[in-house]
Amino acid sequence: MVKQFEDKAHKVKIGLAEMLKGGVIMDVTTPEQAKIAEQSGAAAVMALERVPSQIRAEGGVARMADLDIIEGIKRDVTIPVMAKCRIGHLIEGRVLEALEVDFIDESEVLTPADEKYHVDKWGFKVPFVCGCRNLGEALRRISEGAAMIRTKGEAGTGDVSQAVKHLREIGSVMKSLTIMSPEELYGVAKDFRVSLDLVKMVAATGKLPVPNFAAGGIATPADAALCMHLGAEAVFVGSGIFMSDDPEKRAKAIVSATTHWQDFNVIAEYSHGLGGAMKGIQASSIPIEEQLQTR
Amino acid sequence: MRKFEKRQVGVLALQGDYERHQHQLGLLRVKNRLVRLPADLTEIDSLIIPGGESTTMDILLDRFHLREPLTEFGRSHPVYGTCAGMIMVATSIRDNQAGVKPLGLIDIEVVRMGYGRQVHSFEEILPVSLGNGTSSLTATFIRAPRIARTGPDVTVLASYKDHPVLVRRDNVLAGSFHTELDDDTTLLRYFIQEFS
Repeated sequence: MVKQFEDKAHKVKIGLAEMLKGGVIMDVTTPEQAKIAEQSGAAAVMALERVPSQIRAEGGVARMADLDIIEGIKRDVTIPVMAKCRIGHLIEGRVLEALEVDFIDESEVLTPADEKYHVDKWGFKVPFVCGCRNLGEALRRISEGAAMIRTKGEAGTGDVSQAVKHLREIGSVMKSLTIMSPEELYGVAKDFRVSLDLVKMVAATGKLPVPNFAAGGIATPADAALCMHLGAEAVFVGSGIFMSDDPEKRAKAIVSATTHWQDFNVIAEYSHGLGGAMKGIQASSIPIEEQLQTR
Repeated sequence: MRKFEKRQVGVLALQGDYERHQHQLGLLRVKNRLVRLPADLTEIDSLIIPGGESTTMDILLDRFHLREPLTEFGRSHPVYGTCAGMIMVATSIRDNQAGVKPLGLIDIEVVRMGYGRQVHSFEEILPVSLGNGTSSLTATFIRAPRIARTGPDVTVLASYKDHPVLVRRDNVLAGSFHTELDDDTTLLRYFIQEFS
């Protein structure tokens, strides 16, 4: 396991995740939206057909985006372009790789293609990001070759509470690992169903061996700064921007708040006059079988 | 210029892998601080512009009123630009689709993503001539910019496949690649010791 992290191919995948730190990755559905995102200061865009709140409202099977949309977005912006594949859909992954997208999100926002397995991500040249709710889930995805981890939160709600819960959960369990005895770490590896080596890597540093970003329900500049405060190294914003009253202004404000997450004056300055945030739904009111995070 | 041990290195932290540079500065026990607002520039003796997205950095330089003070700083202090940072210190960008306005601190023309998109990113052991006995570096190219032209006063310190990838002019160092992703601090040490 540890050896795989020294592999050149894996290092360049994690390298791109490092370059995205301190930035905002925005969901976009058209080249026009991608340009707005880029001009607002987004560090990357995520190309998809419908943002999570639309998927939630409209239902149906959510799949990898139309390739023409992805191509159009790739043509029109210079920042990295990410796209989502369904959980376990290794062929959607290969198609996106052939299209030379810069990152693939194996995402719970789309309808899972495999109820049991995730994609084996080691064999891909393109890096993958995966969602998680807790440290065990994060380490299982890292074992499968994910080069970046993000919280799942509860996508498409505009309610940041679940991303906060997941960040706090991951952070506090990582901290507890750093003071555990070898026998306890062995127990953790068993409970998490991951290798002892990987658990030891986390215990030695108190950090994941790949960048750790936040996603799911981020809708305001303050939400983004809160996630950074809780240990996220960058943020994904899905429905929060383009389902709000003034996407351009809100996108700028969220970028500014992410860069200056420790400077409350800057956050305040950019939080003025944004118009309405997305309406949203309280995540805890969604029945478990309709939650995306349990996928 | 403050004494060596008192010197403070700034790392531009608008977006990108600034923490990796901070980590390496920590390994060398060099005082450092992140630069996000113009006032931060008064506290530092040299500056690293890290990898990340040059479009993003370009926009944020204007938004946070850093463009002029940073250009001014770079004319009289050491600056090291890596990857996106190299794009920022260049004089021109070929096919400048996003309209990024480089700071013009070293006379080079760059091509963004000149080595291809992420699936073409790679790591190489590069021969270098730093004049201090260092003969090679492990270099990571990530959606890396390519140097298409160098001005007459620019010294080439390393090349890859006939294109310069590490260049210097007076107090400015610029490279297409990353060495901060590993713990090898050779290039950072070179910048701190040889640039003043």
